[in-house]
Amino acid sequence: MTIESHEIVLEAGRAERNYWRDLWRYRELFQVLAGRDVAVRYKQTVIGIVWAVMRPFLTMLIFTIIFSRIAKLPSEGEAPYALMVLAGLLPWTFFSTALGDASLSLVTNSNLISKVYFPRLIIPTATIVVSFVDLLISFVILVAMMVWYRFAPTVNILALPFFVVLAFLTSLGPGLWITALNVKYRDFRYIIPFMLQFGLYVSPVGFSSTAVPEQWRLLYSLNPMVGVIDGFRWCILGGNSHIYWPSLASTVVITVFFLWLGIRQFRKMEKTFADLI
Amino acid sequence: MSDTVISVEGLAKRYLVGHQAARGEHYETLREAVTRGVRRFGRTALDMARGRQIIQGDTVEEFWALKDLSFEIKRGEVVGVIGRNGAGKSTLLKILSRITEPTRGKVSIRGRVASLLEVGTGFHPELTGRENIYLNGAILGMTRREIKAKFDEIVDFAEVEKFLDTPVKRYSSGMYVRLAFAVAAHLEPEILVVDEVLSVGDAEFQRKCLGKMKDVSAGQGRTVLFVSHNMPSVQQLCTSGLMLSHGTALYRGPIDGTIAQYMSSLDQTSRQELRSRKDREGDGRLRVVDVSFHDEKGNHVETAICGQPLRVRIHYESQYDGQEVPVDVAFNLRSNNGILLTCFANMQTGAERLAVHRRGYFECLWPKVNLRSGSYMSTLFVGVEEQTADWIQNAFQIPVEDGNFFGTGRLVTRDHGDLVMDQVWTGAPA
Repeated sequence: MTIESHEIVLEAGRAERNYWRDLWRYRELFQVLAGRDVAVRYKQTVIGIVWAVMRPFLTMLIFTIIFSRIAKLPSEGEAPYALMVLAGLLPWTFFSTALGDASLSLVTNSNLISKVYFPRLIIPTATIVVSFVDLLISFVILVAMMVWYRFAPTVNILALPFFVVLAFLTSLGPGLWITALNVKYRDFRYIIPFMLQFGLYVSPVGFSSTAVPEQWRLLYSLNPMVGVIDGFRWCILGGNSHIYWPSLASTVVITVFFLWLGIRQFRKMEKTFADLI
Repeated sequence: MSDTVISVEGLAKRYLVGHQAARGEHYETLREAVTRGVRRFGRTALDMARGRQIIQGDTVEEFWALKDLSFEIKRGEVVGVIGRNGAGKSTLLKILSRITEPTRGKVSIRGRVASLLEVGTGFHPELTGRENIYLNGAILGMTRREIKAKFDEIVDFAEVEKFLDTPVKRYSSGMYVRLAFAVAAHLEPEILVVDEVLSVGDAEFQRKCLGKMKDVSAGQGRTVLFVSHNMPSVQQLCTSGLMLSHGTALYRGPIDGTIAQYMSSLDQTSRQELRSRKDREGDGRLRVVDVSFHDEKGNHVETAICGQPLRVRIHYESQYDGQEVPVDVAFNLRSNNGILLTCFANMQTGAERLAVHRRGYFECLWPKVNLRSGSYMSTLFVGVEEQTADWIQNAFQIPVEDGNFFGTGRLVTRDHGDLVMDQVWTGAPA
């Protein structure tokens, strides 16, 4: 940290001038907190990090059985159904754990918030990083499955990092918004698990979004996860999947909107967190 | 260099607190409960729609933790912030360390502030001692490099070398506190804000910590704000003081003056009649209304005399009518500089059930007063049937006069400490 003497003025309702610079100065705390959450996540579990792989893998099995074998829904192009499910499940699992954990993050870290100052944005963001690490680990099953099905990726795979970042931002925006509100109104704690459960069936996780009738497709794209999941499938399944541009565009717009809303709400309430928590 | 590093002007902080309506003795009917619930729901829903805070309870009250507080602190000063519970000390520290925002007023701070409002903030029980040092250091605002450079010193100070790679949940509470404080003690900010954190840990370690803090302030010209109820450590550590009372500064000056002011303010409140004291806790099933002193024969006296018996009578009014119930009456004694000397309690003598009347008194017989002259402050607690009935901080004082303690006709005087001990001396050949 810099040693230069700087003057801080604390006044009611005064916006922090150096907020973003402050955030940068506290980057080490960000690393440490994220590192802590990652280190603690699988402590005192028997199979440890394998949990990160197990959960999407088992869900994939069940979804493949239900949606492909029982409901007889079509896959995308020639791609194996299981692979298609997995390509959608990875971003969804990331989104739901990230959003779920982030929205509770401020309240679970209330001891820090009421005892020490730092830019509070660090907490929800560091929480999302933990789910992000899980996502990276679960790419292992993706690779294993592709080898199993002898399914070679195309050049589309190079666009995957873009969609990974998009998934990150898509969960960050609502995460910030809800975690700030959850400090004041604990109702969100009950709303979120419900919303996420609901979202799993509303989003094209177990089935392809091509299964949605054409006239509803645009409306369906208002769910920002549709664009993210379609994007993942396009990258992973290559030529078997087609990008539906309106849904990608709406995802980007909605993500930006929620980021703006989330950061605004968060900044507005940030200074009162310690009093309310 | 003696410039101002902290300047506070007209600082105020408001909190909203909710109260449960007193339900009194009678049971609530279902209709009452429902209307109350509906009304409460209406209010919280309205609050939420307006984006306001939801407050639990039936009525909402404003509470000003700080009002119109102004003072300045110069570079290198070590300021003891003292005041009674609820005077606003912790709120002030929270504002200075940017945890919460003032409602009104302005604070200017020049320099990096590190605050230590709790030892071991952010310690994670599953992580090892080593990991927690880095974690806690980062939370308190140290960089990885700084921590690395001081790592050995921290471990040494905490005396936990052997357990560095053990999760801290396996630590004894003493080890935990030592490790936590060791990290904090090696902070090197320009301004250090410390809340009552020394009250944990054993006496030896407290001394070590005080020494370390003294080095930090004296050796390196850092500014320290120190909150404590422990007057001896405040006196030892601080160069000047700030006394708060009901959210405003009552005194700002040299530390000795501040402590004297604080002690005399305690006297004033305790002279208030107990019956009219408002700053008490408990469910009120029994209320202490007065405390009186009596000699051996029961005659009323104003002061205790060293070496003589003393009867302390705690007069009360209660909702009981002569039943013998479990009662827990206790009062402690603090010396003039705030040191806790002892505690008197019926429980420790085995007299656990006492008859409680509508009006009556509990009496404690102190067979031989062994205090030197002075005035001793006492906090009073009465519990009935395992519930706190009345609890008054600094409820009364016991004035003590010098006396003929050893029966030698010689007075024992104050210069040798607060306590006099019965003793027998002999000489013998080796």
